[in-house]
Amino acid sequence: MSTGATKPEQLVAEAPVLSVSGLTTSFMLDERRWIPVVRNVSFDLAPRETVAIVGESGSGKSVTALSIMRLIPKEIGRVEGRVTLAGRDLLTLPEASMKDIRGNDVAMIFQEPMTSLNPVLTIGFQIAEALIQHRGLSRAAAEAETIRLLDRVRIPAARSRFHEHPHRFSGGMRQRVMIAMALACRPKLLIADEPTTALDVTIQAQILELLKELQQEEGMSILFITHDMGVVAEIADRTVVMYGGQAVETDATARIFATPSHPYTRALLAAVPRLGSMDGCARPMRFPIVDKVTGSSDEPAETPDTVSTAERPLLEVAGLTTRFPIRSGLFGKVSGRVHAVENVSFTLRAGETLALVGESGCGKSTTGRSILKLTEPDSGTVLIDGQDVLAMNGRTLRDVRKHMQIIFQDPFASLNPRMSVGTAIAAPLLANGLASASQARDKVADLLVRVGLAADMAARFPHEFSGGQRQRICIARALALGPKLIVADEAVSALDVSVKAQVVNLMLDLQAGMGLAYLFISHDIAVVERMSHRVAVMYLGEIVEIGPRASVFGNPQHPYTKKLMVAVPVPDPSRRGTRRDVSNDEIRSPVRAPDYQPPVRQYREVSPGHVVQVWGEEWSG
Amino acid sequence: MARYVVNRLAQAIMLLVIVSAIGFAILHLAPGGPLSQFAASAQMTQEDLDRVTRQLGLDRPLPIQYLDWFGRMLKGDWGRSYRDGEAVLSVISSHLGATLELMATATIIAVLLGCWIGILGALRRYSLFDTLATVGAMIALSIPTFWFGLVTIYVFSVKLGWLPAGNRETVGDGSLLDLLHHLIAPAMVLALVETAMWGRFMRSSMLEVINQDYIRTARAKGMPEWRILTVHALRNALLPMITVAGLQFPTLLGGALVAETVFTWPGMGRLFLDSIGYRDYPVVMGILMFSATMVLIGSLLADILYAVVDPRIRVG
Repeated sequence: MSTGATKPEQLVAEAPVLSVSGLTTSFMLDERRWIPVVRNVSFDLAPRETVAIVGESGSGKSVTALSIMRLIPKEIGRVEGRVTLAGRDLLTLPEASMKDIRGNDVAMIFQEPMTSLNPVLTIGFQIAEALIQHRGLSRAAAEAETIRLLDRVRIPAARSRFHEHPHRFSGGMRQRVMIAMALACRPKLLIADEPTTALDVTIQAQILELLKELQQEEGMSILFITHDMGVVAEIADRTVVMYGGQAVETDATARIFATPSHPYTRALLAAVPRLGSMDGCARPMRFPIVDKVTGSSDEPAETPDTVSTAERPLLEVAGLTTRFPIRSGLFGKVSGRVHAVENVSFTLRAGETLALVGESGCGKSTTGRSILKLTEPDSGTVLIDGQDVLAMNGRTLRDVRKHMQIIFQDPFASLNPRMSVGTAIAAPLLANGLASASQARDKVADLLVRVGLAADMAARFPHEFSGGQRQRICIARALALGPKLIVADEAVSALDVSVKAQVVNLMLDLQAGMGLAYLFISHDIAVVERMSHRVAVMYLGEIVEIGPRASVFGNPQHPYTKKLMVAVPVPDPSRRGTRRDVSNDEIRSPVRAPDYQPPVRQYREVSPGHVVQVWGEEWSG
Repeated sequence: MARYVVNRLAQAIMLLVIVSAIGFAILHLAPGGPLSQFAASAQMTQEDLDRVTRQLGLDRPLPIQYLDWFGRMLKGDWGRSYRDGEAVLSVISSHLGATLELMATATIIAVLLGCWIGILGALRRYSLFDTLATVGAMIALSIPTFWFGLVTIYVFSVKLGWLPAGNRETVGDGSLLDLLHHLIAPAMVLALVETAMWGRFMRSSMLEVINQDYIRTARAKGMPEWRILTVHALRNALLPMITVAGLQFPTLLGGALVAETVFTWPGMGRLFLDSIGYRDYPVVMGILMFSATMVLIGSLLADILYAVVDPRIRVG
């Protein structure tokens, strides 16, 4: 890309592009009271620099970004302090001039590519609109420029896709469209608010690479907002750590990772799972917990050996296949099938954790649901303690389900808001007639203590708890029936890093104390590495590689496993450098024609217990 | 798309068969009959009554009567009115114009006024205007149409003498001005409930849209507010209104029936009520089939239009 694109302002020495000082944003609580959610935040952003604002939910990082853009409605929020963009104070500008700065000098991309584009307008129109508005281009010139922008964000066949609507694009492609829209007027500053959080890990890697490349070509500064320390290490020159609305630490990213000074930063970094940190350990390991105030840490230890050596595994799954018909037409003729789970087999011992990893649509959740017969599989067998779950119905199925429980991803949606948590935990006991009301009360108190809450919390309602506490309540409810197997479907994915670490530790403690077996379904490979004894990698409904965790991650065989592992951002700025090519491969779809016959797969054993599917030509090159 | 329309048409035809069968059964099973008014007359002997019954074919078993009627209807022979012997189709078409005039006027008022109130209410949520609109809509929805019609006549015709109390035109006048003068009151009465509905639906649709992420994107892009409102928000907010229009059609038809009766409007609604009173089976069935067809076509058009406007559900 030519460098002739520099704007005159950039010739003025290295004055900061953006300078934020004493930024305080308050939201109106009721008529009189204003609650500050961002307090006295200051930082500078130099030309061509990337600064990350990192923090957990509620730390005020997104509000900081919206305050800079003045996108907080006046009726509910008040912004104070100074925000200077190339010498102009944005907070005192009249709205009319601010409108000319948005999308022109400062552009923004958001977390949810699926909802951030207008569904009834073509993507071409949405990009061209900014060009016409700010650069005064004619319709034809804007269209030509839009196609050039779509090319630059590596959207294949850009010209033909100009007139398409957003729903024809995948999440990753939509985020590219958002980036093209943001770059339309060559902004000095790009604010990216969690731009990769909703994306799969391989797509996240593509978008990060793309942003880095475009930044070099355009010479713009990036303010990158994220909760993911791995992404910070990957992209940021300098980092602002936010906690409780304040910037607790601001420094070069390498310095923050090497010698964090604030206790909170230390706590945050300790809780970050690092892929590859478990070399040489066969068993799972607890996360170190650092006190957010004092900064003192406990030493994590490898968990004791919990895996049962009994001859028969607790769970034996063989040839499990679940397909969903896609119906269309007057009589609902089957026009295709989603091959969600295709001939999946594995075993799980008591006290063992098997992780199912893969990207969205790979069938890992459907596998979990099929095992509990929450979704009816098409074929296969699921034996728990030698009993065939899939052959059961009614009474017997209910009996066997006492031994197998499930925890879901969203702790907000999986608790009834009108039921006290005590009632929710007691419900499975009472429904199965396993306890009297007073016995159930004692049991609830006991379970709450076990998951790290207090017995007297039983009378409270779900909205009185944080996300992490709610997930503990869900775990307590799952434990009420004394299960042998717990299917954890993305159980820690929605939680903040430090809370995630605590819940993982709790699950490990419960496993050691109660001999639980976990089927741990997750897309987060770094957490999986920490948590599991064995790993199964799923792709398009099939297990492509399975084996002991140390062996699969230490010596990955299948191209998909390798691709997945390379894509995981490493929370270590010193290991950045390794540039990947900006590819634009999409995740393939498991939707097939009605007469599709899945190929017969061959497997080979890499080392004891480590088995990999023999792959075909689609993976070569 | 073509396949989708064919599917929907097939469903519509099945529905029409079901509607006609149920309507036919209810009509014939209701007490009384076309001859009950003659029965009281001393000049009619039992033989006379039997002869007329046979002539009209009412002595046959009900399913046979139905199949006979259905077969003729398919061939375009909708029968003749028992009252004056006029062909049903021509009876309907002579009353159709008045009804359409009333319904169209009411709909135009309701859509324009309702959408405006709804959009403004959503943009200035909980403002005085919004509160008044909400209370007003609640009242409008609770007032029975016939009562509001009678009050309108009492106030504007009897007390103030501004508007005629009924009919479509002054006999012997019939100028455009005269027609409009007669149209005001019934159209207003019919539009009241419709306006309230449109206002409520539009408000909630608009509220949902202005809180969407893509509106924030448009702001972040530096678009002026009027453009965000018209190009980005309104197009999305109007989409569900198409379905509302399709669903409102039967309500509108029912409202027209009441308004026409109150204002002695010479339309299909009044014809329908009168014909039920006379047990004029062919006319009642004719109007039933006609309006059922209109409703089905209306909802089919709404769905097709939705598919055309919303790129996400363009059916292959």
